[in-house]
Amino acid sequence: MRRYIARRLLISVPTLLVISAVVFLVVDLAPGSPASQIPQTIPAEVRARIIEQMGVNEPALWRYLLWLRQVFMIEPLAALDATFGTAMAEGQARITSWQSRGPVMEVIAERLPQTLAVVGGGYLLGAVLALPIGIVAALRPGGLWDRGLGLVTLLGVSLPTFLTAALVSLLFAARLGWFPTAYDTTLRVTDWASLGQQVRQMALPVGVLALANAAVIGRYLRAAMQEVLPQDHVRAARARGLSEMRVVLVHVLPNALIPVVTVIALGLPTVFGGAIVTETIFKVNGIGAALIGAIRASDLPMVQTIVFLFAVLVVLCNLIADVLYAALDPRLRHG
Amino acid sequence: MIRMTALLGLMIPVAFAPAAHAQRGSDGTLRLIYHQAVSILNPYLSGGTKDIDAASLMLEPLAGFDENGHLVPRLAEAVPTVENGGVAADRRSVTWRLRPDLRWSDGSPVTAEDVVFTHSYCTHPEGACAQLAKFAGVTAVEAVDPLTVRVSFDAPKANPWIAFTGASAPILQKAQFAACLGAAAASCSEQNFAPIGTGPFVVQEFRVNDVATFAANPHYRDPARPAFAEVVLKGGGDAEGAARAVLETGEFDYAWNTLIPPPLQAELTTIGKGNFVTGFGGLVERIVLNLTDPSPDLPEGTRSTPRHPHPILSDLRVRRALSLAIDRGVLADLGYGSAGRPVCNLIPAPAEYASADTSCLTQDLAAAKALLDQAGWQDQDGDGVREKDGRPLALTFQTTVNPIRQDVQALVKSWWSEIGVSVTLRQIDAGVFFGSDPASPDTHQKFYADVQMYASEWDGTDPEPYLAQLTCDRIPGPENQWQAENIGRFCDPAFDAALARLQQSIAPDERAALIRALDTMVTTGQMALLPLVHRGRLSARANSLGGVVAGPWDAELSRAAEWYRIK
Repeated sequence: MRRYIARRLLISVPTLLVISAVVFLVVDLAPGSPASQIPQTIPAEVRARIIEQMGVNEPALWRYLLWLRQVFMIEPLAALDATFGTAMAEGQARITSWQSRGPVMEVIAERLPQTLAVVGGGYLLGAVLALPIGIVAALRPGGLWDRGLGLVTLLGVSLPTFLTAALVSLLFAARLGWFPTAYDTTLRVTDWASLGQQVRQMALPVGVLALANAAVIGRYLRAAMQEVLPQDHVRAARARGLSEMRVVLVHVLPNALIPVVTVIALGLPTVFGGAIVTETIFKVNGIGAALIGAIRASDLPMVQTIVFLFAVLVVLCNLIADVLYAALDPRLRHG
Repeated sequence: MIRMTALLGLMIPVAFAPAAHAQRGSDGTLRLIYHQAVSILNPYLSGGTKDIDAASLMLEPLAGFDENGHLVPRLAEAVPTVENGGVAADRRSVTWRLRPDLRWSDGSPVTAEDVVFTHSYCTHPEGACAQLAKFAGVTAVEAVDPLTVRVSFDAPKANPWIAFTGASAPILQKAQFAACLGAAAASCSEQNFAPIGTGPFVVQEFRVNDVATFAANPHYRDPARPAFAEVVLKGGGDAEGAARAVLETGEFDYAWNTLIPPPLQAELTTIGKGNFVTGFGGLVERIVLNLTDPSPDLPEGTRSTPRHPHPILSDLRVRRALSLAIDRGVLADLGYGSAGRPVCNLIPAPAEYASADTSCLTQDLAAAKALLDQAGWQDQDGDGVREKDGRPLALTFQTTVNPIRQDVQALVKSWWSEIGVSVTLRQIDAGVFFGSDPASPDTHQKFYADVQMYASEWDGTDPEPYLAQLTCDRIPGPENQWQAENIGRFCDPAFDAALARLQQSIAPDERAALIRALDTMVTTGQMALLPLVHRGRLSARANSLGGVVAGPWDAELSRAAEWYRIK
């Protein structure tokens, strides 16, 4: 197992290098220029000088190599500096956003908490809700519960979050005023009142994302349960006179969860990538909002770095999913 | 008499209302929402309105602009003039005197050295200062004494008040920025995210493109101001969401730049929680006609250059017909509501420079058709499109992706079709259109289309540099990497000569007359530019927020020291 993980980790190095090159070039070749962010009132010569100083005009290959060095050497050192108070990356040029002229990693670090809270919360709640949905729906296929939940999950799958988020924001936040329309990232939870505020401002975005995630995962689980239910060992368990509860929770669910866990693990990177639309509508200003803002402003260093980190997480989560799969399914371990 | 007294009695509390709030920090938190979040708090490295606005809470210039575009002293004791001896008789230098006892928010004194430093900061040869144009023609900035600074120019200046005026050219603290000169400027994030200033507030926390919080400056020069103890400036979302957050839910006090469709403007104001404030500056939405041939059949490098005049639009009669077919009032009402007025001129304000030309405001389709007939464009094959020498009267009309602009495009297309002009519409992403990338065929400078629409304005109140963008030598082309501002390729020696006179002229009345004449030449005279709508800055203000004056000539927050809570 250990050798398997080590081999997979080694393979992921060239994979990530290829991904980094593709990400860098694709983003770089996209139309649009950071000059569009400089107002018309600034004369052409001054604009050209600003662009020149940002380093936009350097050859793409040179900028790519510089960026690679920053991603793999300078930024990890800077992260160590920030953690241990050392000064290993001092004086080195860090990846700098063209919008703020500040380090890209600091923006990402600033935004990670709210993205983890809202998007991660939505994912977790979705996964937790998916369990009862999948189990109840699978037990009596075609029954009232199955049909009702089927309708809800169908809605969750087919209604895009950009629609549901805009609708609930307009209805519950703007019209009824039950929830705030803007997420306050500076809120610190120190007492019951601020905890209440935090729950209120998270409710709508987390709810919207949880509905979408629960629908997808719930439908997977239902299908997986239905595959396991008619199997011989379940029949044998029933024949031994075990209670239905025990049969489902001990003999069906663990087997049905194997593919579902993989689906959940593979979906984890989306938590980091943020939910671009949901974050923007509720003004969560997480990583997704940073990404779309950077794309609009042609802030290439920010876009390239976020997309690349996302790719790293995808590779890692794939590995985790494979390892989990092997851990959960003894046939794979011993086969 | 009794009634008189009763009236007086009613008026007294009103008259003294501001005095009741005359205590620093007594009004709690001011909540602002900017749908374009703030990226940096140093105007010299940004140029973006949102960033300059936010920075104006801390950083102040020597003088700012009031709502009429007139200079008002900020850090200076008075605005220097020829009469008070501040402006030299030969107009080659201007001497500013700082207010005595000014302090930075860290308590240290403000001196002329800070002003001198600000000049060297922006003009550093290795730097890339966004406000460099503010120091054009400045040969030296010297400290005469700790409170006096003299700015010298290379030639007599009609407008010697460009450097250090307005929120885009404020004074930086030398002690804070001394290590940030030249190429180092961009890596000074700590300074750029929390500049020490003289303004009413100091930065508490700044999160890039998200939220910034500010606290009242304990060393602000007016001991009674600011009324607010704290400012929260939230960024993100969209214009509609920001307008709703002020006018519908009341979560915020002020929302910046909330241009939303007119029906929604009306719906939100009827709720009664607040209203829109509009400041009309120099922003004009215009159609620019390409006077050179953008045909793709021409070799690259000569396409859309003066070497090939436009086969259709070089004829003044056609240009006039296109203008006559447009109903600018309808465009202003449908697209912009209270944030737009129909306009015929490029320079709609300040009042002394705006010509009162209204000749373009009446739509006249019959006259337009007659002009096209005269110009030899006739519909010979009965397909509704005019032709001349076998060439159809067909135009490509491009603009940025923007719902309002697409509505305007559709309306203009329908009017032009009615007079026999076939129109193909194109929409380009704003990041590309305004990106000025010489490699892209879709920038507004390259103008590979016949007609395009966008909005533009100028910085400050003096339109001379703005008009200077329309001379023959400012035409974008391969020789200047398409980096120039005369987008329509308008070239008229008479215009260039009149502009040279304006650049020599010092007498205010003569200047104003020349500016109006130059404006008319390009617009209703030669019809090279078709101004459509004079656009205002539409911001939303809650009813409980007092002291807001919509001044389009300076940053919207530059007078936040005067804002207070109406109780």
